[in-house]
Amino acid sequence: MIYLDLFWTFFKIGAFTFGGGYAMIPLIQSEVTAHGWMTAEEVVNFVAVSESTPGPFAVNASTYVGAQTAGLPGAFCATFGVVLPSFVIILIVAGCLNRFRKSRIVQGCLSGLRPAVIGLIGAAVVTTGKTVFFPDGVSAAVLGTPAFFSAAVIFLLMLFPALKKVHPILIIAASAVLGIASGYLFHIL
Amino acid sequence: MERKKYLDLFLTFLKIGAFTFGGGYAMIPLIQRETVDNHGWINNDDVLEIVAIAESTPGPVAINSATFVGHKIGGFWGAVSATTGVVLPSFVIIYAISFVLRQFEELKVIQYAFSGIRAGVLALIIQALVSMYRQYPKDLPAYLIMAGAFAAVALFDVNVLLVIVCCALAGLLSAKLAERRAL
Repeated sequence: MIYLDLFWTFFKIGAFTFGGGYAMIPLIQSEVTAHGWMTAEEVVNFVAVSESTPGPFAVNASTYVGAQTAGLPGAFCATFGVVLPSFVIILIVAGCLNRFRKSRIVQGCLSGLRPAVIGLIGAAVVTTGKTVFFPDGVSAAVLGTPAFFSAAVIFLLMLFPALKKVHPILIIAASAVLGIASGYLFHIL
Repeated sequence: MERKKYLDLFLTFLKIGAFTFGGGYAMIPLIQRETVDNHGWINNDDVLEIVAIAESTPGPVAINSATFVGHKIGGFWGAVSATTGVVLPSFVIIYAISFVLRQFEELKVIQYAFSGIRAGVLALIIQALVSMYRQYPKDLPAYLIMAGAFAAVALFDVNVLLVIVCCALAGLLSAKLAERRAL
């Protein structure tokens, strides 16, 4: 049952999203590729789409994957799934907010979750790096190919403005232009 | 009267949802302007509370804040109105994009563009990593959890949900140990 599958997959993603979108890339990547809903490359493409449109990454990703797999009902089930856990948790917690926040158990768990999010974003760098540089699996044969070369150059050119906090949409637009230029120059595909 | 309140909540969060790019804490100033300055639904202390809540509960910040404010103003149905409002713009936009993207993804120029964009996205994720890393206070347990989560997911392909649960428990354990040592 595809609708239930979409709902449950994105319910899990919604329930475990802490500290914003990028930390969830490894989870979303492994879930949607395991189901055959999207390739690893399509997930990275979608990060850029999500950065250039309104809305949080997890919500955008659920709508997109749902629509691609099962049309409008699929998009609805996946998005409902991703929203439901935080909706329910906030309603439960709203009544006893201060007690919840100051509880030593919650504080303790959070002190573990914050560094975990950083570790997960680090893992997102690795999985995305593999997708960018070694789309067909890690091997030395790829090194020096035009595709590898142009990816490396674009990445290095974008790293500095990214670290200087140039707006993500500008970075995405610039790397699209560079991608098109080097694509036609080297006939990558 | 009640119905107008729900409609107001829905429209306000529709606006917030439509203008928050990239999600996350970027939307807090917009929430503040709309709900505190324009509608007087909540005050500035409540906004600080929203940030604290978003930090301590799972889920995207946009959803947490909309549900929280909606519930505060209009109970359960208020929460439903605000959350539906905040989700709707991205739902409609992404649903429309999913058709366009599929239509054009065969084009060579689009494939070239995305091959460049993926390299740019990698730079953006590294930026997020660096700024997150700078933000948090670090001590030995934090470093261990960070390294453990990274290695488990990036090197050993452990299920991410399992890693998150274990990290929460590790944080709880190290907090308890620190407490005991302080006694």
